[in-house]
Amino acid sequence: MSARGFPAVAHETLADSQLRRNLGKATQTIRAKRLATVAELDDWEGLREAGAAIKARAMATLPEQLERLEAAVTRAGGTVHWARDGAEATALVAEVARAHGAREVIKVKSLATDEIGLNEGLAERGVTAIETDLAELIVQLDGDKQSHILVPAIHKNRAEIRALFERTIAQGQELGWEASAIAEAARKHLRAKFLSVPMAVSGANFGIAETGTICVVESEGNGRMCTTLPEVLVTVMGIEKVLAEWRDLEVFLQLLPRSSTAERMNPYTSLWTGVRPDDGPREFHLILLDNGRTDVLADEVGRQALHCIRCSACLNVCPVYSRAGGQAYESVYPGPIGAILTPQLRGLGEAPTLPWASSLCGACYEACPVKIDIPSVLVHLRARVVREEKSRLAPEALAMGAAAKVFASRGRYERAQRLSRLGRGPLGRVPLPGWSAMRESPEVPETTFREWWRARDGAARPAAGPEAGR
Amino acid sequence: MSAAREAVLGRIRSALGPGAVVPDVPRAYRGAGAAAAAAGDVVALFCERVADYRATVRRVAAADLASAVASACAERGVRRLVIPPGGPAAIEGLDLVVDDPPLSPQDLDATDGVLSGCALAIAETGTIVLDGGERSGRRAITLVPDYHACVVEAASIVAGVPDAVAALAEAAAAGRPITLVSGPSATSDIELDRVEGVHGPRTLDVFVVEPQ
Repeated sequence: MSARGFPAVAHETLADSQLRRNLGKATQTIRAKRLATVAELDDWEGLREAGAAIKARAMATLPEQLERLEAAVTRAGGTVHWARDGAEATALVAEVARAHGAREVIKVKSLATDEIGLNEGLAERGVTAIETDLAELIVQLDGDKQSHILVPAIHKNRAEIRALFERTIAQGQELGWEASAIAEAARKHLRAKFLSVPMAVSGANFGIAETGTICVVESEGNGRMCTTLPEVLVTVMGIEKVLAEWRDLEVFLQLLPRSSTAERMNPYTSLWTGVRPDDGPREFHLILLDNGRTDVLADEVGRQALHCIRCSACLNVCPVYSRAGGQAYESVYPGPIGAILTPQLRGLGEAPTLPWASSLCGACYEACPVKIDIPSVLVHLRARVVREEKSRLAPEALAMGAAAKVFASRGRYERAQRLSRLGRGPLGRVPLPGWSAMRESPEVPETTFREWWRARDGAARPAAGPEAGR
Repeated sequence: MSAAREAVLGRIRSALGPGAVVPDVPRAYRGAGAAAAAAGDVVALFCERVADYRATVRRVAAADLASAVASACAERGVRRLVIPPGGPAAIEGLDLVVDDPPLSPQDLDATDGVLSGCALAIAETGTIVLDGGERSGRRAITLVPDYHACVVEAASIVAGVPDAVAALAEAAAAGRPITLVSGPSATSDIELDRVEGVHGPRTLDVFVVEPQ
């Protein structure tokens, strides 16, 4: 997928008034609820501090934690695989499907698998991936793109979803207008799949190195279905999802639900360790995925983006996201966190405009349950894009180079000021693409301080200046 | 894929560089044992918080449990209930199906509901914790049927999330599957508003049993 850049896509999405209404309504609802649920806990700041430190510790000791996780999962009867990139992970999933003769797999909502295009990769190998999360199902049925971390179909309202279902999974039926009727249609459609498909693919919210336990946090019960009923389960987990200790969950099981759906607790959290006789899948595979994460880790400022627990609070509070919408970010990771994660995961050259998709207002940092300093990382990435990606022959770079030369010497600076009064030279009002459109150039004064001073020098010189005695 | 393993671990080590600083974790929040004082009456708080999820909560004496379950089921039109192997032998008016040998997902789908216990419960968040043990049963039995009647011993209710995580450490280390249930199945996927009832049980009745 070649990215068109945030300004180009946002230009189109901003013109979609239905999308802006849908998004405005949803983000306003959740913003108010989140504040209320968070305010219930008087130790929220302590939890945030702990969450940030637990993640930083896990990243600083990442090789050790992944090896502990691998050993614990293996001990519990699971199989652990490693994948350098999406292609390797997809091949591993496809191989498990082949070994089990699975033509269909049921999927729990997983950003990591969306990131690597797993569904498309499996389709090329003749395996159909069935999304079971309601919002992912909506996106899949409509051939659409995700626009929110938690609710990928947030850009669609109830009426649009109802119409889509009546066209697809509930053909010939007339669904009720209430949200529960829409949920009921999804339940009927997917139940047969849950009871019969032999293989499931999930992501992971957390993987506990100490015990080898994998955690999936969800609402609908589709996650429980997928991790319980099929005979084989494959979990694709980004390497940054590992936590050192079981105890660390006491922090994240408080931070995540309150930050994401603004609930005291999400309806279902599944925790499993390897395989269990007579309870759940008979075979479990864990795929540890890099796919650019080690590049993020190599940037000492940017690496905190790996602490993200995918709650989506930063999206909901962002003035840019809530107007431009998620699709303008051209990534499965939209919003403020996407603006710092996508360019680092894909390489700055692949998403050079995203670090500018922000007003730097700081609302995201305030909302982040693990205190990722998104504004500072945005500024850092802007500097990196300018340093590493922009050509030194670009008009802006040439103009800045010329300006630097002018400002470096008094003689050149004064000559430039004189020239600019004639409307010419490097300080003149030369339009610069993408620069002068948004910025006013300062007026050059008729007489500069230095000129005034020199003219005064030439005249009879009083003992003190005009300000003397004040 | 051991080549991939070595490659990924190698990349991580070079990304971290020598002497990565390992921060201490400040735990300036209410940890295990600390929430109890703040919560006061945990049983009352649990009942209130479960009800917030639109689950029905009944506080009953141990001797009245069977009749309370039977009358709740009668109200819901539920008759055939799956129970884990350690469950009650019989309840008048109900057709109990013991999950031994394990029922297939199709068999579970054909029952009206499930009656289970739980490992413990969390007051602050209104959460029931299932641990695959005798009381909770296999994961599938509390998932596939559309109705879940869950018995919570009042003494098993802890105040906060850290208390529960501490109490579950042993089960996790032993590799037991753990499921946290907070209300009936729900979704926030339509306009970010919570609606009850998707794939898991759409109705949750909780019976908090208190000693005589």
